[in-house]
Amino acid sequence: MARIAGVDLPRGKRVEIGLTYIFGIGRSRANKILETTGINKDTRVRNLTEEEVVKLREFIDKNYQIEGDLRREVSQNIKRLMEIGCYRGLRHRRGLPVRGQRTHTNARTRKGPKRAVGAKKKK
Amino acid sequence: MGRSIKKGPYIEEKLLKKIYQMSKRSEKRVIKTWSRCSTIIPEMVGYTIAIHDGRKHVPVYITESMVGHKLGEFAVTRSFRSHGHTERATRLK
Repeated sequence: MARIAGVDLPRGKRVEIGLTYIFGIGRSRANKILETTGINKDTRVRNLTEEEVVKLREFIDKNYQIEGDLRREVSQNIKRLMEIGCYRGLRHRRGLPVRGQRTHTNARTRKGPKRAVGAKKKK
Repeated sequence: MGRSIKKGPYIEEKLLKKIYQMSKRSEKRVIKTWSRCSTIIPEMVGYTIAIHDGRKHVPVYITESMVGHKLGEFAVTRSFRSHGHTERATRLK
């Protein structure tokens, strides 16, 4: 079983894809990793030899920040923005899009499901 | 896209001059500025800068973690005070 960085890689998939199950590794990083470690990217995860797994694990450990550490860094960056009171921080606080997108319509990913607005009840 | 490194960060010259004067005489005064696009540099840390928001100057105390941002990021230009507070805000479909 291939366990890298506390994540079980899906056994049936090719390593190129399997590695992307780790937070912080996408397709391009996965390819780069496999290239530099010299592992065929078409091998299935279950067919990886023990040495290969170790090699992968060491390479990833040494070169990339992944999983918990990465998550922590990201949330710290956001927290920092919120603390210094800059525009981006304010947007994060309000749960609105941060990068200048329109909010007249859309922006549902940040704002969540629609809530009825206005229409205050008459007495 | 970021600004070319060759040019260095943009800071309005007047503002820069004022900062240096203040640090030379080691006094602390609030500097008013309209230059929202100026980058915050380490020299500004510890001073209070009043940044124009289009209407008035918002005093902002510059801390270390603000370095690298622009002044304008700390003075919001929009004042939105929520919808639907009036009685007659019944907007039917």
